[in-house]
Amino acid sequence: MPAEGANPTLTWNLAHDISQVLEYHFMINALLAGSAVAVLAGLIGWMMLVRREAFAGHTLALMAFPGASAAALAGVAAAWGYLTFCVAGALAIARLPGGARGSWREEAAGVGVVQALALALGFLFVSLYGGVLGDLEGLLFGNLLGVSDGQVLELVVVGLAVTAVLAAIARPLLLSSVDPEGAAARGLPVGALSSGFLLLLGLAVAATSQVTGPLLVFSLLVMPAASAQAITSRPAPALAASVAIGLVVVWLGLAVSYFSVYPPGFWITVVAFAVYLLSRLVAGASAGRRRRGVATGTSGLRAPAASRAA
Amino acid sequence: MLSQEYMRNALLAGSFIALACGVCGWFVVLRGQVFAGDALSHVAFPGALAAAAAGLDQRVGLFAATIAAGGAIALLGRGALTSRGGRAAGVEPADDTTIGVLFTFVLALGVFFLTRFSLGSGGSAGIQAAHTLFGSVFGLGAGEARLAAIIAAAVLLAVLAIGRPLLFASVAPDIAGARGVPTRLLGIAFLALLGVVAAEASQALGALLLLGLLAGPAAAAQRLLAGTAASIALAAGLALASMWGGLALAWAVPSLPPSSAVIAIATAIYLLARVPGLRGGGAHR
Repeated sequence: MPAEGANPTLTWNLAHDISQVLEYHFMINALLAGSAVAVLAGLIGWMMLVRREAFAGHTLALMAFPGASAAALAGVAAAWGYLTFCVAGALAIARLPGGARGSWREEAAGVGVVQALALALGFLFVSLYGGVLGDLEGLLFGNLLGVSDGQVLELVVVGLAVTAVLAAIARPLLLSSVDPEGAAARGLPVGALSSGFLLLLGLAVAATSQVTGPLLVFSLLVMPAASAQAITSRPAPALAASVAIGLVVVWLGLAVSYFSVYPPGFWITVVAFAVYLLSRLVAGASAGRRRRGVATGTSGLRAPAASRAA
Repeated sequence: MLSQEYMRNALLAGSFIALACGVCGWFVVLRGQVFAGDALSHVAFPGALAAAAAGLDQRVGLFAATIAAGGAIALLGRGALTSRGGRAAGVEPADDTTIGVLFTFVLALGVFFLTRFSLGSGGSAGIQAAHTLFGSVFGLGAGEARLAAIIAAAVLLAVLAIGRPLLFASVAPDIAGARGVPTRLLGIAFLALLGVVAAEASQALGALLLLGLLAGPAAAAQRLLAGTAASIALAAGLALASMWGGLALAWAVPSLPPSSAVIAIATAIYLLARVPGLRGGGAHR
């Protein structure tokens, strides 16, 4: 969606197209912000999938809605609303019964209740505020094309901080995700790590969903990481692949949206979905080839399953 | 309160939707498919918008989208039931990665249709979309309310009809499979039925809020009672209580949206059930 006046057309000259995309400051900011989000989401999203917490991640992403509407109602900056609700949501989910795999059912039901309550609150705040949900598209998929310089800086800072914390706790967190009993036996604080990860996820989502909207955050959390999981089960290459796929997806999606009437959130998700399908196909083909040679395990190549087999 | 026609319509549709949500939700929680239920209810939104963009009745889109998504999740996900590769049956959720990827993509399609729709038709798109997302139970006409009640009752009967084999297949999938129970077919049929419930309930409660009525009363009932029939009945009763309480509350406090009130009561019931000491017996394992 280009600015008024400009009427970009796609030509066969790739260099010309790229220079067209980079002509405007808002596009450069969108690319920078999108890249920061892609790196952050690629790292934390892979961990989220390994821990099988996609549902919790989705719920935390949706906290943006009550957050934004509460902030509008209270008349404070939206960032405070996002932060409060995401942290509160993370703490609520962390306090749910179980957490260990045994009681997944109860935990999932609890996450569902948290999510429904948060959205109901958001709806209440909106109707108390008296506003209409006018810009629904912006609410769901954010406005990547309206990012300010300050927001870009903020995203980069939050991204670096969350990445640093994640790197610091990565090894014990991975161990306690893949094998909670073994990690507990080794004296690792499994419960604290689990709550800590949810808080980290909440903070990351709070920082990014102001710019990208709750749905685009979630698609960047889950899709590149799922593609990376399909390609490889080893942690380090999978993390690298997840980040790389996220970056490519964001850049391609933004570039395509520049030449189209449909918003960037839509294009980024579509490109990410295509990459996911492609990687599932490739993984399925190579797993089929291997199965013909030696009988191996599942074709999902999920990290826990693979490390159990090793 | 009952002298208002819109209130009578809301109560008629709401009661049957609540009963269907309570009973279906009980199986959803038992089978660890809350995320699937979440995805189905969100899919209702693009479905309605696609129908609006195509100029069809939005209910056509609602039902088509949710039933198709239910079938797709049942087919693509490895499922909580089919324990292949040594995975513990019933403990892990139906493939949550697949569900997450699928429904994000479908929601992106919703934005696509929203853009298309608003390019065609001025400003009504946003309001239409808000209705789909959060429902408008007080806006149902008499005919719509009756239709909603009939569909919800039919789903209720269908779920109860497959209840016994479905329960068997959910609790002990391997044994059920060995005895010749078609566990996979049951899983698909159940998610398709859940799709119908999602489509129906999203008109009253909204695509985003329906999950609370599916998960809250059912989780509370499973925590409170161990007996199967009693627990299902309790789930239906609690869902009904949430609906009636919510509607009454919204009627008494006009600034409170009815769907928010219903979910608030369902959440309160869930939290009460988690108070230690109230628990009658273990949940189904």
